Amino acid sequence: MAYPQNTSQSYETKPIKSVKSRTVVLPSTDIDTDQIIPARFLRTTTKEGLGKQLFADWRYDASGAPKADFVLNGAEAKGAAILVAGNNFGCGSSREHAPWALMDFGFRAVISTEIADIFRSNSLKNGLLPLVIDKATHAWLLEHPGAEVEIDLETTTLKLPDGKTVKFPIEAFARYCLLNGIDELGYLLGQDDAISRHEKAYA
Amino acid sequence: MAAKTLFEKVWERHEVVPETADTPAVLYIDLHLIHEVTTPQAFTLLREQNLTVRRPDRVLATMDHSTPTTTEEIFGRIPIRMESAAQQIHKLEDNCREFGIELLGMTHEHRGIVHIIGPELGATQPGKTIVCGDSHTATHGAFGALAFGIGTTEVGHVLATQCLLQRRPKTLAINVKGRLPTGVTAKDLILAVIGKIGVGGGTGHVIEYRGEGIEALSMDERMTVCNMSIEAGARAGMIAPDETTFAYLKGRPKAPQGAAWDKAVAEWRELKSDAGARFDREVDIDASTLEPMITYGTHPGMVLPISASVPSRPDDAVFAKALNYMGMTPGERLIDKPINIVFVGSCTNARLSDLELAARVLKGHKVADGVRMLVVPGSQQIKHAAEALGLDKIFLDAGAEWRESGCSMCIGMNGDLAGKGQYVVSTSNRNFEGRQGQGARTLLASPATAAAAAIRGRITDPRQFI
Repeated sequence: MAYPQNTSQSYETKPIKSVKSRTVVLPSTDIDTDQIIPARFLRTTTKEGLGKQLFADWRYDASGAPKADFVLNGAEAKGAAILVAGNNFGCGSSREHAPWALMDFGFRAVISTEIADIFRSNSLKNGLLPLVIDKATHAWLLEHPGAEVEIDLETTTLKLPDGKTVKFPIEAFARYCLLNGIDELGYLLGQDDAISRHEKAYA
Repeated sequence: MAAKTLFEKVWERHEVVPETADTPAVLYIDLHLIHEVTTPQAFTLLREQNLTVRRPDRVLATMDHSTPTTTEEIFGRIPIRMESAAQQIHKLEDNCREFGIELLGMTHEHRGIVHIIGPELGATQPGKTIVCGDSHTATHGAFGALAFGIGTTEVGHVLATQCLLQRRPKTLAINVKGRLPTGVTAKDLILAVIGKIGVGGGTGHVIEYRGEGIEALSMDERMTVCNMSIEAGARAGMIAPDETTFAYLKGRPKAPQGAAWDKAVAEWRELKSDAGARFDREVDIDASTLEPMITYGTHPGMVLPISASVPSRPDDAVFAKALNYMGMTPGERLIDKPINIVFVGSCTNARLSDLELAARVLKGHKVADGVRMLVVPGSQQIKHAAEALGLDKIFLDAGAEWRESGCSMCIGMNGDLAGKGQYVVSTSNRNFEGRQGQGARTLLASPATAAAAAIRGRITDPRQFI
């Protein structure tokens, strides 16, 4: 393995090997980060407690009461850690408050057929697994909310209730960091000599 | 030597460590722009881990998202009404002071929307890598920079190491043939591009906009095009620098001066895709056939020529939900639809030429009864330049509001909001549900189309006023 071992205690996070859970389904396509957490909740200076504002405008009525017909308000969402969403999830704004809110609500993975670049990057840095899977499996998941599935990060497979498994792609280094509980910043700080050489030559 | 794209040239020059199958590239960042909303948690991380800012000289801070746009609040005659916004603003002041970062703060003459002041000060330059915790960082690509939005964790990475871990994206060439007709703007062009490739059409790619239709654009117009690259899913959009770029940058405060300028320009001239360079994908569009464009749905890909009618997609539940939110019906003509608010502003369309265009349409007319029009310049410098030209008077005489600079009603974080069900013809970049206020209905368009709508109180083809 070409990865340098992280020597600093302070950059370690909790290792993630797998996520096993019922799914919650939001079939809308192109769900943008303004829906995941509206901008008026970004006037915060911490990461904590954003779960109650997750999908706020879809979840609450004008008086602030939960809408009975929105899936995250139902009993089926309690304790579920995997969100299945329509194509192109997480598009729009770069706000990292989106994965923070999803994590705080209890989600540990999002599954779609396409996930926007910045959202995917932000998710991986917070231990929220962004899974892009094939259309047929995705269509099955959309039709079967509450399905019990298991994401195995070591084998990069998603296991369906019938035992069938499908592969998903994930960036190699992000996977390594998640599996071993290593923060990418520790690795970057370890590149100090190379960065100094670059600065001497160009910057 | 193999022919290279503009993107490849800039990328390779900034690889501190090239990528391998196991590890992403370590990419050096030349300029890090920061603002009050996406940075407090990053500074907290630095403090928790006892880290410093590696190169404070490569960080430039301003405040724009949650800041008020009323003169009284900005200049301290009354306190900032929103306590949470005031707190973010003070936090950024403290963080910049503690870590030695240059801050263009609330009352600074160079304050403005982060993607407007970078170019305005000449800090944005060809060939640079530029990042910001903001997805519209793509704007700076108009100068041939590689510029993209990042999350707050990555803001922390750049503060601590001046580098990011990145996989090399794919390249997408948008070849713009022909020139835009009179009354059709750069905003209409980029909306047409997004309509063509879709809101996810650029995911995983860096776009290079090229061809006659791009070369003919001013820098302001090029910035409008690159700004909305993210609305097609692309993290970055780039345009090769040319004489237009150099003329714009020459003499700006942070641009190279004297002998350094000549040396820089000589290097910048090499920053173009070589003949025969290969892109992963190419898309052609003919600018000469375009009309003014306007959105009708809840993402920027739901866009039509202004003379068109709302399409019908009977079996598409997501489409039906979007139309329901927008109060639109299939088959309905867009022209003449009544509107409530007009917003001219944002990092997409709040530069001086945008304000001039809106003023030219509005001059000698009044904002229609019952319509509110808000004009928010992109920076304090633009505000002063517009006032020197008398544009403020044209807006005020017509009955519009003339504000201090900021993101304002593009994102509505500062309290500049539209009401439930209200239609806003907006020169901003996102028509997402609730973006401009809970239940607000955004119609994205050019400054000309926005001003024409203000005059008639209805969606209007601006070409009759130009």
